[in-house]
This record gives sequence, C-alpha cells and structure tokens, in this order.
Amino acid sequence: MEPGFSAEARVYLDHAATTPMIGQAQEAWLSVARQVGNPSSLHAAGRRQRQIVEESRESIAELLGTRPSAVVFTSGGTESDNLAIKGMYWESRRITGASVVAASAIEHHAVLDPVEWLAQDQGASVEWLPVDDFGRVRLDALADVLAGPPVAVCSIMWANNEIGTVQPVTEAAAMCRAAGVPFHTDAVQALGHLPMNLGELGADAVTVSSHKIGGPFGVGALIVDPGSGLTPVLHGGGQERDVRSGTLDAPAIAAFAVAVRHAVEGQRDRARHLIALRERLMAGIESAVPDARINGDRGTSPDARLPGNVHVSFPGCEGDLLLMLLDAAGIDCSTGSACTAGIPEPSHVLLAMGRDEAQARSSLRFSLSESSSQGDVDAVLAALPSAVERARRAGVMDAQVV
Amino acid sequence: MRVIAAMSGGVDSSVAAARLVDAGHEVVGVHLALSKAAATSGRSRGCCTLDDARDARRVADLLGIPFYVWDLSDRFKAEVIDDFLDEYRHGRTPNPCIRCNERIKFAAVLHRARAMGFDAVASGHYAQIRAGAAGPELHRGIDPDKDQSYVLGVLGRDQLAHTLLPIGGDHKSQIRDEAAERGLLVARKPDSHDICFIPDGDTAAFVRSRLGSEPGDIVDDASGAVVGHHDGAHAFTIGQRRGLDLRVPAPDGAPRYVVDVDIATSTVRVGSPELLDVDRIEGDRPTWTGDPLGAEPVAVHAQVRAHGEAIPAEASMDAGRMHVTLMSPVRGLARGQTVVVYDDSRVVGSATVDATRRLVSA
Repeated sequence: MEPGFSAEARVYLDHAATTPMIGQAQEAWLSVARQVGNPSSLHAAGRRQRQIVEESRESIAELLGTRPSAVVFTSGGTESDNLAIKGMYWESRRITGASVVAASAIEHHAVLDPVEWLAQDQGASVEWLPVDDFGRVRLDALADVLAGPPVAVCSIMWANNEIGTVQPVTEAAAMCRAAGVPFHTDAVQALGHLPMNLGELGADAVTVSSHKIGGPFGVGALIVDPGSGLTPVLHGGGQERDVRSGTLDAPAIAAFAVAVRHAVEGQRDRARHLIALRERLMAGIESAVPDARINGDRGTSPDARLPGNVHVSFPGCEGDLLLMLLDAAGIDCSTGSACTAGIPEPSHVLLAMGRDEAQARSSLRFSLSESSSQGDVDAVLAALPSAVERARRAGVMDAQVV
Repeated sequence: MRVIAAMSGGVDSSVAAARLVDAGHEVVGVHLALSKAAATSGRSRGCCTLDDARDARRVADLLGIPFYVWDLSDRFKAEVIDDFLDEYRHGRTPNPCIRCNERIKFAAVLHRARAMGFDAVASGHYAQIRAGAAGPELHRGIDPDKDQSYVLGVLGRDQLAHTLLPIGGDHKSQIRDEAAERGLLVARKPDSHDICFIPDGDTAAFVRSRLGSEPGDIVDDASGAVVGHHDGAHAFTIGQRRGLDLRVPAPDGAPRYVVDVDIATSTVRVGSPELLDVDRIEGDRPTWTGDPLGAEPVAVHAQVRAHGEAIPAEASMDAGRMHVTLMSPVRGLARGQTVVVYDDSRVVGSATVDATRRLVSA
C-alpha cells in the first residue's frame, strides 16, 4: 500500500464522532423547515411548530422511559453537559452549601472542562474518580467521596467515547441517590447502542445528542426531572422551562425525535450486528499485529463495551501518523482523543488507566454503525499491517533524530 | 513523486504546494505545530498560530490535497528553544531558524516523511536546488532581497536529495501575484520576520524571563571604567546599542555599542563601533552542503547574517575548525552566529562562529 488519496469508495469507521443522518430524519427536518413559525409564537403558525416540538418531546420521553416534562432541548451534548454540571453545582451550593464536584477521570471534555472551570473560577473542589485497567470507574472510590464533605454534583458517563467501556451507572446513580447527591450521566455514546430506560436508571440528569444517532447536528437534550433544581447557563426567553433559553429549532427537534425512535427501536438488532463485527475486527487486529493491545474491556462480557467500539494501542506508533496512513488507504478512523486545531493530545482516558504518554499517543479508535459491513472490517485488516510498519519506522526515526 | 508540502499558512509555502500539485505530484500538506504557547496566543506574527494553521488548511482545501497538523512542539522545544537559551546562557547569539531547518524541517520531518513512504519534503524557501556533478547543489534564490539559502546552509546532500524548493527561481512579487491569480486568500499576508517563539520580538526580555537575572557591570572597553549596570549579561548581544542605559557618557559623546560579553564575570563591555569590526572568523561545528574545504585556503564569499551581504573571503579547515579571512571587515559579529560560505551562488558549507579577531585592538 502506497500513500494515495483517491476519492473512490471509502470506509467510514468513525461513527462515534458522527454518523450519517438517516433518511427519515432528513425528511422530517425538511418538512418542518419548509414551514414558517416560531414555536413560542401565539398565532397559528407558531402553534403548528409548537405542536411538532411537543410531539417530538413526548415521543423522545416515551422511548427513553421518562416524562415529557423532563426533556429539555439543547444545542447538543456539550451544552447539555455544561447545563447539568454547572446548573446542578450552582443549585446545590445555593441550597446546601456543598462545593465538591465528583466526576470520573475519563469524562468527555464537555464534562471535564466545566468541572475544571468550576474548580478554577467558582470555588469548587474536585474529586476525580479513578478507573481500573479496563477504564471502568471504581465505585469504592465513589463511596469514599460520598462519605466525605457534601457533594454538589456527581457525573459519570454511561459509556466512554474512546475505549468504549460501559460504566456502572445504575449502581452509581443508586449510591448518589442514597447519599442525596445529584447524579448526571453523559449518555451520548450509549444511546442506540445499549438498552436505555431512564425511569429505571434513577439519574437526575442525562445528556443525549442527536447527531450521534442519525439525527442532525446542533440539537440534543438534557433529560432532567422538573423537580431537580437547575440554575440556567443560558439566560433569555426561558423557552425550555426557564432552564434553557433560545428559540427552539423545530426542524432539528423533529428530526432528532425520528432518530431517537430509530436508535431505540433498533438497539437490540444493531448491538447484535455490531458485536459480531467488533469481535471480528478485534480478533483480526490481534492476529495481524501481534503486539497490538486492545484497550478497554476485552472479554469479561460482550456487554461490557460499546457494541461498535474497537480501541487499540500499537506500540511504537504515533496514532496520528497511523490515522494519516489509513486515511491514505481510504479508511476514516480516529485517535479518539481531543483535538486543538488538529493537534493531537495524548488521551487523558489512557493516562487515567495508568498508561504512559507514549502509549496514550499510540492508539486508534474504530467505531462501527449499523451500516458497517464485514467488507469494512476486512479493508481495515488489509491496510493495517503496512500502515503500522510505516508508522513504526517513522517513530523509530523520530527517536533517532535527536 | 509523493511529497509532503510543509505549509506554514504563508504565501510562499502555499504557492510552493500549489506548484507541486500542478506538476502532477501526489501532495500532502502538513502544518508543523512548533510552539504550544504561540498556538494558543493566536496573535503571533511568527509561523505557528491557530490562524496560520487555519490559513494553511484552507489553502490545502483549495488545492484539493489532504492536510494534517504535525505536533513537533516537544521536539522543537528540545532542539531549538532549549538550544537557543543554552547558547545565550553561554554568551552566544544563535540563529534558531537555521537550527530549526537543520533539526526539525529537514531532519525530523524529512525522516518521518521518508519512513511513511514519501519521497520528498517541499518548502517555500527562496533557494534553489540544482543537479551537480557530485550530487544536488544548493544555490541562492533568484530574488536577492528574499534569498534564504543562508538559513538552509546547514543542509547536506542527503537532505537536499529529498528536498524540493519550488519557488526559489522566482521573485517574491511574482509569487504574490501568482497566489492572487490562484485565488489564495494568503496572497496579501505580511511576511513573517520574528523568531516564531518570541512573537513580540523582544528577545532580551524572553531570554531574561527564562534564564533569570544576574546583575553585573557594564565596562568601557578602552578605559576599564564602570559606566553602567545590567541585570543579566546573557541578554546582551555583540553589536547591540539600545537598552544599555549607561550612566556615564562617552568622553566624545559618541554612541557606544556592546563589543564583548563575558558570561563568567557577568561583564558587558562597550565601546566605539570601530571595535566591532572583525576580519578573521573561526568556526566550529562545520557542515557541508558541497565538498568539504581542505587545509588550503580557497576563495569564497562569506555571509554571516540571513540578509547580510556576501563578503569576499578565503576559507580553509584546520583541525576541524573553519578559518575564514574576510577581504573587508564585518561589523558586530557575535559568537554563535552562523557563517555560510559560498562559491558564487552555490552553498559550500557552514560553521558556527566561535572566535573572531578585531581589526582594531582595544
């Protein structure tokens, strides 16, 4: 395989970053976008848009096992996480004086950064909850934190976006509930891939996003019980229960609701399909690149990692060079870590799992969706050995040039 | 050929990449992230800000080539910034751009590109690579105002063999016009002049902030009298006139310049500008772009600054050190600067200035 950047059939294995908008969602978006009307307006045009928003809210609530009044529409996962973390922190501090924020060390930046900001700017003290070798948050550490000074808010993601490890959120939610601590979970990666019933979960706030499940960009929701106090982040017209302001994006919300239906109703079949592909890809990588190391949970249970997630470290390789070489071979994947202007940072998730910086830079994430096929998996397995060899040679050169 | 085009986001490297695409090469654009601090400040006039990365990305989009950012900031810090400070710590005045070309752009980047299956690295430098009898030769760029062969004068043949310099045969004005014709938004972007990791251009403040202060005397070179004080000798460079804050005026009222910096005693010596004229240079750390010089002096032209004049000279080697005798003196040459020797337009090699001899003795 030589570097070549042809536009012919590409293999897209970065569905955890975003996944194609499904046809029904496109149609729903377009049909609502063709109509005039602000959902907050009192006239007929406004009422018609409002009806679409409310029907979408009811549909999403039913599919997720919660009440319509718990669905607060937002601009997406980042806003939902910010609203939950900051809103619950401010509310708790105001009412009880609690100032401790507890969060797992492997959260997405949309949680990590608001928590850091609360610590630096708002007087919070942070308890980062450690994870085990699989990247699963340690509940004994949570128990210790809950036994300490009053906790204002606790946030643990449902499933990790990089390594795919499913977190013990039901247990964590119950522990927080017993301690009287508001609990938030970022379920952006879990929705559509894992069974989800928010009524049974017992969390105070849950983040979901549209574009990860076949809906449009720029819309999501925070599922938060109306009884849970929440200080707004965005102030204005108070459109969403006075908790979130901003004109409601009716076309996006309608399409989001369609995508949620698709995600939830197809979850079981999707998971079965993806687990089969995932196992084939992981086994294939292990045999093609013997020293490759699968990160996350490898084998304790098929349900212990996201069905479509494969995350691998390739010793001696820079992940971003591997990504570039696979890109040249027609394969879209990810290093799974955060980017600033395209500059890869070592994965904070792998660092939290005790890996060193070189290991944390040597990883790739392949994330599958229902449209993924065995052909996609086989294309990766065909391209990977030579990409790894080249990236490794580049890494050796890097070391020698000093 | 498969080529990595180093894309700074400026007009030169943008046109260079465009020409490679036109020539039918398979081109991949790479922006080098060299300084994490500059990348976040966003206002640097250097070459590695977020704005520059964005500009480079937009040019790559327009050219229809893949584009990546390579984070070489750790290596840049170790090889260029730390070296820069270490040189200042020892009272020398390095050229970090030369160091970057030698260790980063045409070393780390080139090695990485080769390992990944690319044939060459291209840049937007104003210099030319020509085929010679003994291998590739490095020549001055056509545009005398923009010629950058000096900062590439540390490259060897093996590096030149895998380097492309697509714009060295043109004048800057032509490159700007071409960028405009191609519709590149960077066509009118100002040139970068500063050291990229010192965006405000205040080298002395940068050095002082990193190396700390160590107060000492400023001494008149002729009389030995203490004429002022300073808070760190390493922030001074031979030839410097500003920022001396002398308490005692010169007897003749003439301006005085830094003529020597003695780190060991933390002493800065000042004197009249004639004291800065040197005609003999000794350099260590020689590099060879062409055939190495021998013990027999040969006629060359020597250049000691990026846009300095080429001075007729004789150069030879003795015990691993380059000896250069200038036919006309050069003023204000500091240890640590690079002397590049030319045969007409062709770069022969370089050395790092380690000792100079004054025409006028103190």
